Amino acid sequence: MGFGPFLLLALMESAVTAATLALTAVGLSLVFGVMRVVNVAHGEFFMLGAVAAWFITNFIGGPPWFAFLMALALAPLAVAAIAALADRLILKRLDYEPEATIVATIGLLYIFQQAALSFYGPQAMPVEPPFNFRIQLPWFGYSAYKLSVILLAALVLIGVWLFLTRSKAGLVMRATQVDRETAQAFGIDTDRVYAAVFALGAGLAAIAAVLIVPIAQAHYLMGHDPLLLAFITVIVGGLGSLRGTVIAAILIGLSDGLIAFFWSPTLAKILATLLVAMVLVFRPQGLFGARTT
Amino acid sequence: MAAVILSARALTRHFGGLRAVDGVDFDLHQGDIHALIGPNGAGKTTFVGLLSGRIPAQSGTITLAGEDITRLPAHARVRKGIAYTFQITSVYPRLSVFDNVALAVQQGTDRDLGPAVMAALSRVNLADRAEQTAGTLSYGHQRLLEMGMGLALRPRILILDEPTQGLASGEIANFKALIRSLVPETTVLLIEHNMDVVMDLATRITVLNLGQHLATGTAAEIRANPAVQDAYLGGHHAAD
Amino acid sequence: MKVWILHVAVLLALLVLLLVLPAYHATNLARIMVLAVFAIGYNLAFGYTGLLSLGHALFFAAGVYGAALPVTYLGFAQLPALIAGLVAGAVMAGLTGLLALRTAGVSFMIVTLMFAQAGYLSLLYFGEVTGGDEGLVLPGAAGLIPGLSADAARTTIAYGLFALALIASLLLVRGRFGRTMVAMRENEERSRMLGYNPFAVKLAALVLSGLFAGASGAAYALLFGYAGASFATIQYSILPMLWVLMGGAGTVLGPLIGTAAMFYLVDIAGSYTTATLLFVGVALVLLILFAPRGILGTIRERWLPWLP
Repeated sequence: MGFGPFLLLALMESAVTAATLALTAVGLSLVFGVMRVVNVAHGEFFMLGAVAAWFITNFIGGPPWFAFLMALALAPLAVAAIAALADRLILKRLDYEPEATIVATIGLLYIFQQAALSFYGPQAMPVEPPFNFRIQLPWFGYSAYKLSVILLAALVLIGVWLFLTRSKAGLVMRATQVDRETAQAFGIDTDRVYAAVFALGAGLAAIAAVLIVPIAQAHYLMGHDPLLLAFITVIVGGLGSLRGTVIAAILIGLSDGLIAFFWSPTLAKILATLLVAMVLVFRPQGLFGARTT
Repeated sequence: MAAVILSARALTRHFGGLRAVDGVDFDLHQGDIHALIGPNGAGKTTFVGLLSGRIPAQSGTITLAGEDITRLPAHARVRKGIAYTFQITSVYPRLSVFDNVALAVQQGTDRDLGPAVMAALSRVNLADRAEQTAGTLSYGHQRLLEMGMGLALRPRILILDEPTQGLASGEIANFKALIRSLVPETTVLLIEHNMDVVMDLATRITVLNLGQHLATGTAAEIRANPAVQDAYLGGHHAAD
Repeated sequence: MKVWILHVAVLLALLVLLLVLPAYHATNLARIMVLAVFAIGYNLAFGYTGLLSLGHALFFAAGVYGAALPVTYLGFAQLPALIAGLVAGAVMAGLTGLLALRTAGVSFMIVTLMFAQAGYLSLLYFGEVTGGDEGLVLPGAAGLIPGLSADAARTTIAYGLFALALIASLLLVRGRFGRTMVAMRENEERSRMLGYNPFAVKLAALVLSGLFAGASGAAYALLFGYAGASFATIQYSILPMLWVLMGGAGTVLGPLIGTAAMFYLVDIAGSYTTATLLFVGVALVLLILFAPRGILGTIRERWLPWLP
C-alpha cells in the first residue's frame, strides 16, 4: 500500500474517533456549560453505555441489526436515568458547588467502575455490528459500519443542536445557562433542568459508546481514555462552548488518530495533555473562544 | 507646605466606554488628612484602587516619595507603606481577632508578635476581644478591626474607603479622634460621604466628578468653589 | 501546651503499638505512617492553603523515582536516595506550581490533573529506564539499619519519618507561615492588601507540600522495595485527598487518622468482598455530602476548638 492510500486509511480511522469524541465531548461541555459541573464520571457514563449495550444485545438476541438498534435506543436511556438519579441524590444536595461536585463525581467514577467489574466482569467483550458490509476501495476494503458511525454521530449532533436552538426545552436550558437566578424568577424549575442536562450529557456519552462498541469492545476500564480526550476537547474548544467543542473534537480526533497512527500513541497523549494544561494556563477561554472581558 | 508623598499624573482607567478615571492629576502631602469626595459614580473608588494597585492603570504615572510605582503590584505597594482598607468590611471571619491583626503585624520586623498585636488592638479598643472569632464581632467592631489591621502595617499612607459608613454617631466621634491621632506620622487619604466628617476632619479636600479632577483645596475653599457647588453640592447632592 | 502534650502522646502511643503489635499489623502501621506523610503534605496545600490539587501523584511519584533511579543506576545508598526523592518531590511541585498557580479553582484542579497524567505517561514512555508498569525492584529494607531485621528496620524508619513530618507540620501551621497559608485560603484579596504576594505564598505552600509527598514516595519505594509507574496514576492523587477529607482538612492529626481509617476500612472490607473500589467511591461521596469537615474537623467544631 502506497503512502496516499495509507494516509486515507488513517484519515478514515481518525474520522471515526473524531465523531464519537464529538458526541462524548459535547455531552461533557453541555453539563459544564449549563451546570458549571466538571463531571469526572463522564467517562464512566461512556463505559456504562457500552456495557449496557452488551447486556441488551445478549438479552434480546435475534438478528444483529435488531439487537443493535434496541441497544442504541435503550442503553442511552438507561444511562441517562442513572445520571438523573445521581444528580438528584448527590449533586443537587451539594448545591453544585464546583469543587465539591468534582470530589463527588470522582466517587461516582469508582462506584460505577466497581459496579461494572462486579456485574459485568474484568473481560473485554464485543457487540456484533448490525451489518458486516465492506466497501471495496481501489486500495483496500473498508467497513461500511465505521462510515455509518460517522454519519450517525453527525445526525445526533445536528439533532442536539436543533433541540437546543429550536425547542422550548432547549431554550429553557440555554436560559438557565445564562443566568440561573433569573431563570428561576421566570418560573423555570432549574432543578429539573439540571437533572435533564446531566441526563442528556450522560446519554450522549452512552450513544457514542454504543456506536463504538462493535468496533472496540466493552470493558470496565474503557471510560478512562474518552474522559481524558473529552476533557482536552472541551478545554481546547473553550469551556461550555458547543461550537468550539465540535470544532476541537474534529481537530483533536483527527490529529490524535493521525499522530497515533504514525508515532507512539503514548507520545501523542503526552503532547495532548501538556497542550491542554498550557491552554488552560495561558488561554483559559479556549483556542476558539473569545475573551469575555 | 509639606512634601508631596504620593502623586498621580494623568492617571487613566476606562472600563469599556466608561471613563471611570480620566486623566487625573493628584498630590498627597505628608501629614495631611486628605478627603476625596464627589457624587456617586465620580470614580473615587476606582481612583484609590489605582493608587493602591488593586486596579492596574491604563496610562499615567504614580510616584511614591519620588519613586515610580505605576507598575508595582498591589502587595508590593503595601510593603512600601501604602495600606488600604476595604469599603465593604473585609476581615478573616473564621480567624480570631488576634490572628487577623497578627497577619498584618508579622509583615513587619517585630520578633515577638504578641505585644505588638495587643498594642495595635488597644489603639482601636479591641484588646479585650483578641480571642473572639472575627466573624462574630458587631459591624462597628469589624470596621475597627479593619482599621486596626491597616494601622498594624505601620503604613506611611493609609487609604480608607468610606470608613464611617454604617457606624453609629458615637462610633464616628471615636473614629475621628483615632484618625487625628495618626497624623502627622501617617498620611491619611479617605473617601467619605459624610460631609460633617469631611469638613471636620480633612485638612485638604479633592473633588472628583465624572472621572475628572474638579478642585482641590481646604474645606473653606471647596465650600466657596462655584464649580463644586454646581456639580456636587448643588443639584446632584439630593440624588446622592 | 496541651497541644504539644496531645501530639507527643499520639507519637508515644504509636511507638507502643509498634512494639506490641504482631508483625503483620506492625508492617501495616509502617505503611500507614509512610502514606500519612503524603497526606500531611497534601493537607498543607488543600487543608491549610485551600489549593485543591488533583496532581499530587506527580510529586509522590517524583519521590518514588527520585529515590529509585539513583539507587538502581547510580548505586546511591538509601539515605542519600531518600533525600534525592524528597528534593525531587519539591522541585516537581515547584515546576508545576509555576504554571498551574496562574489558574485557580476548577482550572487549577484540571491543570494539575493534566500535569500528573503527562508525568504518568512519560514514565510509561521511558519504560526502559523506569520499568514502566512492571516497575523496578529495589533492595528493600533489609540491612538498612545494621543489626535489625528488614521488618524492624522498616517500622523504625517509617516511625522516625512520620514523627519528623508530624512535628514539622505542627511547627509550620502554628507559626507565621501557617497563619499566612490559612489567610490565603480564607481571603486571598485581603491577604494581598496586607502585602502578601498570593502567587509566592501559594507556590511556597505547594513546594512544601511536594516536599512531604516526595519524602513519602521515596520512603515508600525504599522501605517496600518497589518503584512503578502505577504510583503516578490519578489514583495516587485521589487517595491523599480522600484521606485528608476523611481525617479532617486543615487539622494536624487528620491525615494520620484518615489514612489509618481508610486503610483498615478497605482492609476489613477486603476480607468480605473484592469490591474494594466501591468503598473508596462511597466514602468520597458520603464524606463530601454529610461530613465535609472530616472526623477531626467535626470533633474540633463540636468539642475541641483548640485543636490545631
